Amino acid sequence: MNSTLKWKAISVATVVLICLYGLIGLPDFPKSLSMLKQNFTQRIKLGLDLQGGTHMILQVQVNEALRQDTAVLADDIMKKLAAKNISSDQPILVSDTQLKISNVPPDRIADFRATAGDYAQTWDLSPAPGELNGYLLTMRQSQIVAVQDRTMTQSVETIRRRVDELGLTEPVVTPYGQGDNEIIVELPGESDPIRAREVIQAGGQLEIRYVPDPTPYPSQAAAISAKNGILPAGTELLPGTAAASGGQPEAGESWYIVDRVPIVTGRDLRDAEPARNTQRPPYFMVNFRLTVEAGRRFGPFTESHINQYMGIILDHRVQTVAVIKGRIEDSGELEGSYTEEQANDQALILRAGALPASIKYLAERTVGPSLGADSIRHGFQASITSLLVVLIFMVVYYRSAGVNAVIALLLNLVILLAALAYFEAALSLPGIAGVILTIGMGVDSNVLIFERIREELRGGKAPASAVDLGFKRAFLTIIDTHVTTVVSAAFLGLMGTGPVRGFAITLVIGLVANLFTSVYVSRLIFDWHLAKAPRQAELSI
Amino acid sequence: MNFFKQVDLNWMGKAKYFVSLSLTLLAIGVVATIYNGGPTYGIDFKGGTLVTVRFAKPLNEDSIRKDLEGKGLGQITVQTLHDITNPSVNDVVIGLEVKDDSEQSLDAGKMTIIQALQQSFPAPEAGKQDFNTVTASELSDALVQRDPLGLGLSAGDRYKQVAQQLIDFRNKNRNGIVADLGDLSNAGVAPQVVAAVRAAYYPGPLVVEDAQIVGPKVGGELRKQAVYVTLYALGGMLLYIALRFAGDALLRAGGSGGESSGAIEWFLRLIDKGIFGIAAVVAVFHDVLITIGLFSLFHRYFEISLTVIAALLTLVGYSMNDTIVIFDRIRENIRLMRREPFPDIVNRSINQTLSRTILTSGLTFLTVLVLFVMGGPALRSFSFALVIGIVVGTYSSFGIAAPLVVAWNHWRGPKATLVTGSAAGNKPGQVRRVPA
Repeated sequence: MNSTLKWKAISVATVVLICLYGLIGLPDFPKSLSMLKQNFTQRIKLGLDLQGGTHMILQVQVNEALRQDTAVLADDIMKKLAAKNISSDQPILVSDTQLKISNVPPDRIADFRATAGDYAQTWDLSPAPGELNGYLLTMRQSQIVAVQDRTMTQSVETIRRRVDELGLTEPVVTPYGQGDNEIIVELPGESDPIRAREVIQAGGQLEIRYVPDPTPYPSQAAAISAKNGILPAGTELLPGTAAASGGQPEAGESWYIVDRVPIVTGRDLRDAEPARNTQRPPYFMVNFRLTVEAGRRFGPFTESHINQYMGIILDHRVQTVAVIKGRIEDSGELEGSYTEEQANDQALILRAGALPASIKYLAERTVGPSLGADSIRHGFQASITSLLVVLIFMVVYYRSAGVNAVIALLLNLVILLAALAYFEAALSLPGIAGVILTIGMGVDSNVLIFERIREELRGGKAPASAVDLGFKRAFLTIIDTHVTTVVSAAFLGLMGTGPVRGFAITLVIGLVANLFTSVYVSRLIFDWHLAKAPRQAELSI
Repeated sequence: MNFFKQVDLNWMGKAKYFVSLSLTLLAIGVVATIYNGGPTYGIDFKGGTLVTVRFAKPLNEDSIRKDLEGKGLGQITVQTLHDITNPSVNDVVIGLEVKDDSEQSLDAGKMTIIQALQQSFPAPEAGKQDFNTVTASELSDALVQRDPLGLGLSAGDRYKQVAQQLIDFRNKNRNGIVADLGDLSNAGVAPQVVAAVRAAYYPGPLVVEDAQIVGPKVGGELRKQAVYVTLYALGGMLLYIALRFAGDALLRAGGSGGESSGAIEWFLRLIDKGIFGIAAVVAVFHDVLITIGLFSLFHRYFEISLTVIAALLTLVGYSMNDTIVIFDRIRENIRLMRREPFPDIVNRSINQTLSRTILTSGLTFLTVLVLFVMGGPALRSFSFALVIGIVVGTYSSFGIAAPLVVAWNHWRGPKATLVTGSAAGNKPGQVRRVPA
């Protein structure tokens, strides 16, 4: 009997040591009280509502990526049809994923189908309803899903890289929600959401487009009237930035006539670096490199447009209009009046990858550090007070059995905190409420057992068998009471997000740990007392 | 110490008091819902903007409201926060409704509020920055530039330390806002540093401590999430009850006159089989309804947010416990007290479990009360739900659920028998006649 007790005691001691180590022993074994405190504060991760920070929910406008692909198809197929002398109308974008080509000459239908057949893997050809010689090219569902996945993955990675450069501790960027292309970004310690948004969103979309007319116009109206009232087919007007037309800051806006369809987009960018601008010495510029696949498109384009112009466009603003001096395969320059720091920032933004589609902000929360400290203080005071209330009551009401319960409860909390530290779960204010609820609900089990033991003692049983019967009879009820609460909390933890999740996790872990401490550990302490005490001694309960 | 020696109360006799209490509370809840239009919903559900602004000096709510009117913000709410554990803090919460205006950026409302508030204060001296919103790194850069301690070029680290000290003083000792920069001499830094800070900064009159903006899309998603979580959790609970009480049944013994038609009788037998589970569910339902009704009544002080829904679901689990414990005892006692009337059996069961019920609920209630009083404004609605819920959940077990079973047994007539099943370790298939 004594050796089983000893082994049980050793197993409990091991659990305690592992937990304490997890709380104060990592990363370095503490050699002083202040190191101990430091380890502890490091190990318990705090949620945003306790440490302050910014939390945002973004949505990636995947439609833009789809639309880009459709526009690229329109361009490609038009060129192929033109090459084969098939004189159909210009393709029109009916939607983000659908093209319409009208008036295909009836005698060339076979050739037309053959051309469209090149894209059959990703596009569906069907006759346009209501038109005799019209056809629709619709993106296949599998391709839509593929584009969405690719866009989301790249957006998450890009934002993650940019956010990393902010130098915060442990930022979080993950997809979120039920497939509506949403991303959650958590920046602990970042109290300026505007700066965070600038870093995330700056340089959203990079494009290189053909510029048929490099003249900057002072207004949209001026541009249109210069072209006799109608823009050339396939072009649109985009505003420039001050630096676009050779680096001289301009008083007003400038507008450019550029092609609608980009030759190169953000998805094709591989690398970017700042470099001294050898042509204009005090300034810097940014060199960038494209992927090989993009190079295969860019090469022929530049070769066939020597001495014409291309525009480098960031976020639908023309950054630079440059003359194409020769064939460019896969590298280019962003020239402008960049200072060294600006060139660095710009390269960083490009290097972190360009976002394949723009993002929209759906929700945002910023908690200042002072409020976070307030919440910690509230949570801490409430926890200590409720713990003291419970402990004092248990000792007064149950005497030394109460001390038993105190030990079990403290161990319960240690296990709970250690579990949070090991799982790296963030503690939020509702999480602290979960800890307090664990204290309140956890002590239930002890009360159940003790009341049963008292009942058995009243019924005339000896202490040892009273303890035995008490634990046996109460066990099923204890399981019952834990299961119902754990079931609700488990659903909350699985399906909830943020603070609700934190609350559910602390409650579930706390109650599960409670099963261990109030049954196994409590029993052990009773047995140990009984083993030490003389045979028919009174049980202090 | 023992509060509960030999309790022998007639609970079923007093059941009518509990039922009338519940009906009163429910009625209050219904009236409050009609009158107040239901409980207030938190920003998670409604969407909108909620800005908590901390002022250096206390401000009148009405003057704030006046400043914000006419800025095209729509409906605004202004509320002063009171924190008993920290009375020197002047926090005001300003709320804006959600605008489904995709042209506007998400934080347009928040920026307008901040600008409008700042305009009501005297303009800062030109060239000075706001000390109350500066970060440690910005402050340290500024100090390095001014070099008040004359440390020369390698002073970077030293000033980083000094800046952090000043920021910590502001955040921890002065609640994030310093009303007068002269106060900084209490921060434990050299007077030259304080002078340099005063030359470069002014004490901003307000600091945004918390800004929450929930767009309409996210608000809709969170509402959906709340509904799903509730349905799943309740479904899980019902499944658990069905399994738990599967062995019990209250069967009507074979016919003796006055049997109703086949379908109705079949339905009644079904209820007989599940009366324990049904009573438990009714009790839980009653708890939740009363709690929500009280939220409607106090709609000015408490709001329903996702965390409150979490509290309600936890309560459902917790209230179920009490009911199960009493029903367990009833089952046990039916075997032992064979000849006694059913209400007596129920009374005895409640009396036997009373100490356990009151003690555990009492202790949990105490901890939740501490949370309500000391947990801070962020958890107030959440802890309110728990405080109410625990009290109501406890008395609903012996005040609503048990009387319901007794009443049903009585209504079914003198031939009703109770079969205790194999759940919870009872021997299967024992049939005992239970006089009504």
